[in-house]
Amino acid sequence: MSSLERIRNFSIVAHIDHGKSTLADRILEVTRTLSKREMRAQVLDSMDLERERGITIKAQAVRVGWKGYQLNLIDTPGHVDFTYEVSRALQACEGALLVVDAAQGIQAQTLANAYLALENDLEIVPVVNKIDLPQADPDSAAAEIAELIGEDPARVLRISAKTGEGVEAVLDAIVERVPPPSGEPDAPPRALIFDSAYDQYRGVVAFVRSVDGVFRPRERVRAMAQGTTFETEELGFFSPERSPTQTLAAGEVGYVITGLKDVSRLRVGDTLTSAGGPASEPLPGYKEVKPTVFAGLFPTDSDEYPELRDALDKLKLNDASLFYEPETSQALGFGFRCGFLGLLHMEIVRERLEREFDLDLLVTAPNVAYRVLTKAGEEVEVHNPAEFPREVERVEEPYIRATTIVPKEYVGAVMELNTERRGRFHHMEYLSEQRVLLAYDLPLGEVVYDYYDQLKSRTKGYASFDYDVIGFHEGELVRVDIMLAGDLVDALSVIVHREGAYARAKALVDRLRAEIPRQMFDVPVQAAIGSRIIARETIKARRKDVLAKCYGGDITRKRKLIERQKKGKKRMKQVGTVEVPQEAFLAVLDLNGGGRS
Amino acid sequence: MTATAAATAATARHLYVHLPFCAHRCGYCDFVTVLGRGDQHAAYVDALLSELELERASLAPEVETVFLGGGTPTLTDPVALRRLLGSLPRAAEFTIEANPETVTPELAALLRESGVTRVSLGAQTFRPELLEVLERRAGPEDVRRAFYHLRDASFDNISLDLLYGIPGQSASDLERDIEDALELDPEHLSCYELEAKPGTRFTHAHGEELVSQAEAMENYFERVVELVAGAGYRWYETANFCRPGREARHNLAYWEGRDYLGLGIGAVSTVAGRRWRTKPSLAQYLAALAGGRRPEREVELLDAVTQRQERLILGLRLDEPLPLADVEPVLSVEALARLEGLGLAERRGDGLALTRRGRFLGGAVTAELLA
Ligand SMILES: Nc1nc2c(ncn2[C@@H]2O[C@H](COP(=O)(O)OP(=O)(O)OP(=O)(O)O)[C@@H](O)[C@H]2O)c(=O)[nH]1
Ligand SMILES: C[S@@+](CC[C@H](N)C(=O)[O-])C[C@H]1O[C@@H](n2cnc3c(N)ncnc32)[C@H](O)[C@@H]1O
Ligand code: SF4
Ligand SMILES: [Mg+2]
Repeated sequence: MSSLERIRNFSIVAHIDHGKSTLADRILEVTRTLSKREMRAQVLDSMDLERERGITIKAQAVRVGWKGYQLNLIDTPGHVDFTYEVSRALQACEGALLVVDAAQGIQAQTLANAYLALENDLEIVPVVNKIDLPQADPDSAAAEIAELIGEDPARVLRISAKTGEGVEAVLDAIVERVPPPSGEPDAPPRALIFDSAYDQYRGVVAFVRSVDGVFRPRERVRAMAQGTTFETEELGFFSPERSPTQTLAAGEVGYVITGLKDVSRLRVGDTLTSAGGPASEPLPGYKEVKPTVFAGLFPTDSDEYPELRDALDKLKLNDASLFYEPETSQALGFGFRCGFLGLLHMEIVRERLEREFDLDLLVTAPNVAYRVLTKAGEEVEVHNPAEFPREVERVEEPYIRATTIVPKEYVGAVMELNTERRGRFHHMEYLSEQRVLLAYDLPLGEVVYDYYDQLKSRTKGYASFDYDVIGFHEGELVRVDIMLAGDLVDALSVIVHREGAYARAKALVDRLRAEIPRQMFDVPVQAAIGSRIIARETIKARRKDVLAKCYGGDITRKRKLIERQKKGKKRMKQVGTVEVPQEAFLAVLDLNGGGRS
Repeated sequence: MTATAAATAATARHLYVHLPFCAHRCGYCDFVTVLGRGDQHAAYVDALLSELELERASLAPEVETVFLGGGTPTLTDPVALRRLLGSLPRAAEFTIEANPETVTPELAALLRESGVTRVSLGAQTFRPELLEVLERRAGPEDVRRAFYHLRDASFDNISLDLLYGIPGQSASDLERDIEDALELDPEHLSCYELEAKPGTRFTHAHGEELVSQAEAMENYFERVVELVAGAGYRWYETANFCRPGREARHNLAYWEGRDYLGLGIGAVSTVAGRRWRTKPSLAQYLAALAGGRRPEREVELLDAVTQRQERLILGLRLDEPLPLADVEPVLSVEALARLEGLGLAERRGDGLALTRRGRFLGGAVTAELLA
């Protein structure tokens, strides 16, 4: 048997929380990759953020041994915002373990992930998990999943990743059903970079799926698309820590330490080959993902702009879907307009920047991309409300096909929500007697604002949701501007549907009035469409301050009080004549962001 | 003595003496106080007098004002108090703080005979229920009685302290307090907004109420100024009002940035760019001075910039303009222009002052003016 015959590469995919990472735990245990002492729950969720939120954010590769076979598994995230992680992982594999929660049955991301695996021609190994749960219904779940992928229900494995029941059978099924990688062990080496990270000491680390030939340490290597060459400092595989080896051979998954300090010189999706004897063709790379949600990111302390740029460059290595370009705001100073794959993605990026790079950030309200035909007949795509022309001929906004799976008693609630959000019914399907799939076409902009929260609360958490962007359609959209004491606050402009404009404007103005401390003069807070004021409040001038309390000779204390007052002012952002604290921006932006998923 | 020390000697024409003893502690009080300890009053007076001897070089031969503050100076054992008053330098303005319940005809006479010229009486409020909230010992009648005892002892310069922003104080409570105070026709009135320090027992008990009242009490300061100034008093300092010529000259000295010497625990002195504050521990203070040593102090050196900053901070509390030349180096010209535009500050001749509205926002305006 050739060495390729003894390799199996697979991803674990599922709807969020169906137990992928827990299954990975059990696999690490039965294969003795980690000792009991090293073990903890969802051990592959190694980022603090993942552990705090109990979700996987980054796909994570790890190599295990099973009955003489080398298995390279990749645990993937389940949340819709991280589908790009899943699709890249799948491209490094020949098989996919499709996990379904026995109590929940197939959910929106089960469908999305199954289709992704099928598109990539992967062998799907269906698994029903959590059979230990009292409310588990493994038969229904198995029937649903078999139906979905056109498989015999008898071949659906039934396991409990919690107790470990059935896990060995899963590994046997992988070996039996997933084909070994096909590659040319003797050809010039080629490896696909499916992910990367920045190591403070060792520079760029590329995560690769080797396809042909063999890579060795201390060899000159070239990235085919970018032309960057470097010497491999170290090769290895994940166990799950980095574990160095002397070779990375065809079919294997592992990492390459490049020593590159300039993060722009290596891109995910590129192909590594030997610089001395290169391959003639690169491997197929990745489709560029298009961000769906945009927001401005600004350092709270304007001096930290260079640090923010550096942090984004480095984070981009570990998050190939991140998009950013410099942006200047009158109110917030220098920052970046960033593109994300959804609101959770936006939140995660922000948190990672703050934690991993010790930054303090302000994020503006998220918006989608608009295609605008100006009065002058020019077509422009706008990612920033502040750049949205005030006079437009026509505006188009992105639409999604939203798939929602709910128990049938909530169909009405979902329909009502989608109608409020300007949705158009597409179709409806009974997945079983109990559960219904609803497909709607919805403006993405309506989903960005508060949609997940609403969906969750109106269906008591039973709905699962997935979407694909399907194109742009004309919409009656207007730009609402906010003015403080007559000065426009560019960072607070929003694009909304004409019908929702008043309510939104009022909410914004109310919140600002509540959040901005009173100044030494009356401050009108106004919302306007063009020159028409549609909402207005006044922050009344302050009438006294603390020093009236002071008596006697402790002058140092008085001076310190004034100094403190002065320092407080420095933390404010000056918007025209008005001082606005960071917190006020945050509160208003939070209102704008609304949705958490 | 070093050359600088010699050069800076004998500059203070104002003397503060701290008498920390109180019969009980009022909930809102944040002063250096000592409860009871009647047996230590004499020792404390001895210590004060030795400290005075040690610092004599800082004090000018002619002292303009003396101020005995507390604590409750009038609670001090009369024999010790008489000895103290007799040993302190004479001054044209000699003030003592008095708590109403301590003022008897005998005490009034003692003060009068000992050279005291001015009494500052801690009334706080005339509403019995508010006095209770403040945990004051005196009732409204004690305040009035104390006032008349002082008048009877022919004190012609009496000041009343009032507090506003007391938990539960309504706008009409405030108005009546002012009426009641004016009824006594004092030469001087100090009206302070009550400060509830975070973490104190008082804030623990009344903090939430204060927060919920904050909006309703927002115009109390303006109201106080309206009523007191309306009765013909001059609003000469943020929290102080007087009949013509009856400014508290001791306090004016602070606002004008003059040097002063402070004696006693917790007392602050500022002499020739050097400020020190004696540690508040009574035992350490007594022990040090009994041994002829200076008590422990925190010292702060004020550089020229800081001195000018203080000049600005303090000077703008007064109604009279502050000479621009004194503060120009620490003044933001842009801020001044902006504040003039907003009608909060103004130039008068070569001087700088806050407008009426500016004075209500004194802290914020000053913070802005500082470059
Ligand atoms: N009772 C029971 N609970 C399970 C089982 N497998 C996983 N869980 C629980 O389900 C929850 C989610 O498990 P994870 O392994 O984090 O799920 P995941 O699919 O990796 O989630 P994402 O990475 O966020 O998509 C955790 O609370 C697990 O303890 C199982 O077999 N039985
Ligand atoms: C040195 S203190 C106290 C003098 C005296 N023992 C008394 O209680 O009347 C002088 C004045 O400061 C004011 N004061 C005391 N505590 C205060 C506080 N927490 N907030 C505002 N003013 C206060 C009172 O008006 C008090 O009369
Ligand atoms: S009497 Fe005056 S100094 Fe003494 S505790 Fe009460 S407020 Fe404080
Ligand atoms: Mg996971």
